[in-house]
Amino acid sequence: MTAYTAVVTVRLKRGVLDPEAETTAHALSRLGFELDELRAADRFELDLDAASEDAAAERADAMAERLLANPTIHDYTVTVEPR
Amino acid sequence: MTVSVIQFGGSNCDRDAVRALRDVGIDAERTWHEDGLPADPSGIVLPGGFSYGDYLRAGAMAGRAPVLEGVRDAASAGVPVLGICNGAQVGCEAGLTPGAFTTNASARFQCERVHLRVENSQTPWTRSFEEGDVIELPIAHGEGRFEITDDELATLDSENRVLFRYCDADGNVTRAANPNGSTDAVAGVLGERDHVAVVMPHPERATLAELGGTDGRAILRGFAE
Repeated sequence: MTAYTAVVTVRLKRGVLDPEAETTAHALSRLGFELDELRAADRFELDLDAASEDAAAERADAMAERLLANPTIHDYTVTVEPR
Repeated sequence: MTVSVIQFGGSNCDRDAVRALRDVGIDAERTWHEDGLPADPSGIVLPGGFSYGDYLRAGAMAGRAPVLEGVRDAASAGVPVLGICNGAQVGCEAGLTPGAFTTNASARFQCERVHLRVENSQTPWTRSFEEGDVIELPIAHGEGRFEITDDELATLDSENRVLFRYCDADGNVTRAANPNGSTDAVAGVLGERDHVAVVMPHPERATLAELGGTDGRAILRGFAE
């Protein structure tokens, strides 16, 4: 078994309205920053032990499917690094 | 025969739901979610509130709580299930109903009375109404914007599973009358069978004339035979 950190990044699908991100972008503009758009995402760092990098990624993927992301509104990515 | 109103940590409309149900003549009691469902409930309410503090997403935790397995089995066996507000979020997260409820387009918590058009009157919840009737119920939510994929929305439409749409006082579905930016102005939907429904507005808060309206009574009477 090897120790890994799997990172699951969950974001709204393109085209799904994100009022919080819009409000945050607006606040940055008000502070004088120039920007075209802001996209927010949730990042989950999962420390786990697995037989291989693929096995770690598979487990993190299942966690995203079951709970961390909602497939109706979210896309997600999984990356794995040794810990 | 008793309707079970499931209380999670953070539920806050559970007592109201029990009182409102009793007031319309339906026996009801609260069930703490960790105790599991009582044997043979005559119905199940997933009440409003902020279960699990809306951690991760509204309804995400409660939607995966063990008691939901029992709710799913009961729903399959024909027991009527109604999710209200946070309960609607829970119902969608649990897969009892399609779609998802997320942050209002306004990015604000909204607490107001809204008009709803009855889109399907052939359900236990709406049989006192005619299709096209306009009713008035309160809303109180920050994450009530209904989102659904185009394909799923087409399926909902073709199967007549949209229960209510936000509308103006005359029944017109307009952008201005949509309080939270819900896709297609959807305010309530049916599961695969019409005895399972979730609604974002609060029927249990519209059961007493003294409190401004009684249109919720008929919806709650959906638990009667």
